[in-house]
Amino acid sequence: MIKLDRVGLSFPGDGAPTEVLKDFSLTVPAGRFVAIVGPSGVGKSTLLRVVAGLLSPNEGTVTINADRQDNPLPVVMVFQDARLLPWRKIEGNVGFGLEHGQVSAAARRERIHAALELVGLEGYGHRYPHELSGGQRQRVALARALAVDPDILLMDEPFAGLDAITRESLQDELSRIHAATGKTVLFVTHSIDEAVYLADEVVAIAGKPGRLAAAIPVAAPRPRTRGAPESAGIAAQLREQLAEPPAA
Amino acid sequence: MTRGRATVLAALGLTVFLAIWELMPALGVVPAQILPPPSALPRAFEREFSSGIWFASVLLSLRNYLAGLVIGCALGVGLGVATGMSVSFEAALSWVVRVLRPIPGLAWVPFAILWFGIDPAAAIFIIGVGVFWISYFAALGAVRAVDRDLIELADAFGFRRADQKLVKVILPAAAPGILAGLRTAVGQAWMAVVASEIFGVPGLGQRMMQASNLLASDIVVIYMATMAACYGIIDTGFVALQSRLLRWKR
Repeated sequence: MIKLDRVGLSFPGDGAPTEVLKDFSLTVPAGRFVAIVGPSGVGKSTLLRVVAGLLSPNEGTVTINADRQDNPLPVVMVFQDARLLPWRKIEGNVGFGLEHGQVSAAARRERIHAALELVGLEGYGHRYPHELSGGQRQRVALARALAVDPDILLMDEPFAGLDAITRESLQDELSRIHAATGKTVLFVTHSIDEAVYLADEVVAIAGKPGRLAAAIPVAAPRPRTRGAPESAGIAAQLREQLAEPPAA
Repeated sequence: MTRGRATVLAALGLTVFLAIWELMPALGVVPAQILPPPSALPRAFEREFSSGIWFASVLLSLRNYLAGLVIGCALGVGLGVATGMSVSFEAALSWVVRVLRPIPGLAWVPFAILWFGIDPAAAIFIIGVGVFWISYFAALGAVRAVDRDLIELADAFGFRRADQKLVKVILPAAAPGILAGLRTAVGQAWMAVVASEIFGVPGLGQRMMQASNLLASDIVVIYMATMAACYGIIDTGFVALQSRLLRWKR
């Protein structure tokens, strides 16, 4: 479970600090897939980094309740760029989070294999990142996150750089993996349609500093079909919430 | 251009160079004492080799070279990486670096003699100082240039301590830049070898100075060629090692 309680964050700048998030509260129960949408620069990525512990909020509290106490990495992140280490082969990249001395070499190999299988890249372990396509690299990044078996998966526009076809196939893959593993997912995206297609609940952030504009549950049954009428209604509702006020 | 054609042209260039060199003293353009023709070199080498001086000199210089190179580069890379990782450390060192950096290697000779005497240690010191700065700035620059995103990745995957970041991300990411600097150092150290032996530490450089004082220009050329050969062998080996370490690069 993730619980953000009246979180505020500002970056120091020339003169006055820039407020990025203000009075932001959100609770994500365990196993829920929550998508965060909103225009650029509204603090979506910042929010994920706060949850990941990469940034400390100036105000409020962040509580992460891990399901298991023995996992050294209960929260893990998938970035917009795959961010693979170019000097490591795919298997080395997938095993990156398993190098805290918590798993034996044999168990590590097994988990790397399982994670690659989960994202449909079995047999690619001995290649280097530059030998893979953009979509495959993003799958590796997902496998790297899944290999550590986190309770919470943070995803920062992970499919934004991909072409439409690859993007849709990765969305389906993620839905399947989420259904199979039951992980808590916090998924940032620009795309309202992507959010509505994937998530149990869509949270809209708007304004500067970013505040919670709407939180709308998506009740459509899974597996979902693209462009189903009820999702269209929710998407329209979100667009309304996020629309810029007309210039005076 | 095909590979074969390039080799033919390279061989042709070298032949023309040697021919002009041979002809200059033969035609009396320059006296043979000033410029010994290539044809005179094998005999000079044989004399130098059979007396055992050549081999002993090469061995002594090679030892100074390797010791100076390893010590200078280890300190340079170590300090460069540390400076690259810590902004406060860099700030603390910035003026010290500005004071010491412009001093040429030769200017350290008096101190080398004072501190170490006429001893191989003095030569090793001179060589070490020369390669220190090359490897220091290469490592500093390479560490500075490491993609911040990869460091954030290390953070996101729980590698929060500086030593973990160093091993997991910074050193491998900076390796291409550091190795390029080390390759420059491998060449530069040979130039320092001559400078480090001119005050009497035995080796190639000293033997060269003796020969030059005796106007034995053929011996000087022998040692010039020896040094070129040593450099060629070591550089080739280094490039092989470098491409092995960086085989992940496209």
